[in-house]
Amino acid sequence: MAFAQTIGGTRYVFGDLKTLLARATPFRSGDALAGVAAASAAERVAAQRALADLPLAHFLDEAVIPYEADEVTRLILDRHDAAAFAPVRSLTVGGFRDWLLAAEPAAVTALARGLTPEMVAATAKIMRVADLIQVAAKCRVVTRFRNTIGLAGTLSIRLQPNHPTDDPRGVAAGVLDGLLLGAGDAVIGVNPATDNVEAVMRLLEMLDRVRDRFDIPTQSCVLSHVTTTMLAMERGAPVDLVFQSVGGTEGVNRSFGVSLALLKEAREQALALKRGTLGDNVMYFETGQGSALSADAHHDVDQQTIEARSYAVAREFSPLLVNSVVGFIGPEYLFDGKQILRAGLEDHFCGKMLGLPMGVDVCYTNHAEADQDDMDALLACLAAAGVTYVMGVPGADDVMLAYQSTSFHDGLTARAVFGKRAAPEFEAWLARMGIGADGDRIPARLSPALIGLT
Amino acid sequence: MSAPDDRSAEGRGDPDRSRETSATTAWRDLRRFTDARVGLGRTGTALPTAAHLDFQEAHGRARDAVWSALDPAALRQALAPLGSPVLHVRSAAPERRTYLLRPDLGRRLAEGATLPSAPGSVAFVVADGLCATGVQRHAPAVLERLIPALPLPVGPILVAEQARVALGDEVGERIGAAAVVVLIGERPGLSATDSLGLYITWAPRRGRTDAERNCISNVRPGGLSYGEAAAKAAWLLRAAAGLGATGVALKDEMPAGVLPAP
Repeated sequence: MAFAQTIGGTRYVFGDLKTLLARATPFRSGDALAGVAAASAAERVAAQRALADLPLAHFLDEAVIPYEADEVTRLILDRHDAAAFAPVRSLTVGGFRDWLLAAEPAAVTALARGLTPEMVAATAKIMRVADLIQVAAKCRVVTRFRNTIGLAGTLSIRLQPNHPTDDPRGVAAGVLDGLLLGAGDAVIGVNPATDNVEAVMRLLEMLDRVRDRFDIPTQSCVLSHVTTTMLAMERGAPVDLVFQSVGGTEGVNRSFGVSLALLKEAREQALALKRGTLGDNVMYFETGQGSALSADAHHDVDQQTIEARSYAVAREFSPLLVNSVVGFIGPEYLFDGKQILRAGLEDHFCGKMLGLPMGVDVCYTNHAEADQDDMDALLACLAAAGVTYVMGVPGADDVMLAYQSTSFHDGLTARAVFGKRAAPEFEAWLARMGIGADGDRIPARLSPALIGLT
Repeated sequence: MSAPDDRSAEGRGDPDRSRETSATTAWRDLRRFTDARVGLGRTGTALPTAAHLDFQEAHGRARDAVWSALDPAALRQALAPLGSPVLHVRSAAPERRTYLLRPDLGRRLAEGATLPSAPGSVAFVVADGLCATGVQRHAPAVLERLIPALPLPVGPILVAEQARVALGDEVGERIGAAAVVVLIGERPGLSATDSLGLYITWAPRRGRTDAERNCISNVRPGGLSYGEAAAKAAWLLRAAAGLGATGVALKDEMPAGVLPAP
């Protein structure tokens, strides 16, 4: 179906839904690279006006990637919950934005299964940063494994103690540093430097020993490829969460070496271990705008819409945690601090609207036009938007992945400035261990010697 | 995290005082185990000034490293003793800014490149990637150790400017190589601006995805040593030759014990 809009005496025509969505997207380098961005600011606004007039129900009739060609499209349409959609089914995209801004939090949260990724992506395109913050803050998503994540007034931190060679003692030092600064309630999650099964198992065993030794109410994860984690589970490794990077098309998932069937199998394998004490959210997914184009699997759909589609993949598997790695994919997709800021808030908004426990890796690489000031601004906006969790990296400098994220200090600052707390079980543990009682001292109960750091 | 001030309890003459001082040292001591920025201390919830400025300095240096350029003549000279023909190629990205914004151009050879034919060999691409410093410094030393350990015939070495990993697919396809090893500068981080990555692709041809490669990263002093990287690459190439594939189908199950000393 074609769409048209006249502004300033010029008539703009958009051949189909995916073109309309792409042209309506606030500018970012990745859409220009893909050749789908609006050619002018006026064309962008024309597309936004046409998009605002589009009935939400149209998204159930026209897929941006054909149903027959893509298992993610099939998942989205087959899982659509008409009853949950009913309260907003008669609205246009523009009317939906107005509705969201005026709605009570419970009504917004209740929509999740009735919304498709394309609906929320479209709505994000006609929202300002303030809108993205305000509406996301209305969504409540709570998940559980060994603690409770996402309760009102909480901000959790993934403790990310990466080491360039996966040295277990190097990783353990990072873990202890993070715990002492209040991080780790989302997960203690290591990105391994290699996908070597033995090395991954060594890390899993070390993390589990530390958790057990200090009796920490949290979960650990080694973020290896899902097939490596499955092999580790087969060999008896203590796997709490199964990690995988996912994308919003069948093709990008194939480029990651995964499919919906494989993710389902991995989840069932993890559930069978029955390691969660409070709940059975056993999956952890990462996503990021630009990954589909990077894999040449974007079907000329704009990167923000594809990113939202990856959340449909994630929610199929009831994850404990999902985060966009927003500034990590590179400047060819998000060029500078301004583009990263908006994308991070779009991703958080779309994830929350679709019912995900959404975190954001507030980050940038050294070839992007961004710095720590840009991250401070994004972190503050996300904290205001009620982000489920952010990363905690020693000194914000990931010495393995060679990029900058948020530090343990940044997590503490965001909690202090916005009046947020850690997950309740973890907060009680911090108090029990005497953490934070004196910023300069390691409590005897957390002595480095107890975890082999002598 | 709450931070009640309980210093009032620690009066002068507190018998535990000396033990606490040694415990304070222990937090900073975590730095013995990792190059990560642990034990930085804190002021309120924030970084102390010195730690903050250390970070700013490192970021400034990393930003500058992104714009470092390869010295192809010096590299060719360093690679010449290895006994393979060394050629110089460029990607279709003419300069750095275009390279950063157009990764598609960095994956293609510039028009007019002529490549030799070396069917069934392992071809090497020594590429600047996102930072030329590490490649310039480490690639010859890694190849010096890898080439004698190769399970397959040794192909040509191409020094490539403004290149992405997938440039190796076109190079390997046009050479007729059995496999291509791309030695490429990794994105500079704050602690290391000279890290080298190795990407191994079996049966290279245009259109291969990243799931069809195996990667060895963080090769540098302080990361994975030259000898370890070369041994792992040789192991992966042997396994790839047996399997007829690289990527997620080829699990890195190289036992730790066969690693040589650095």
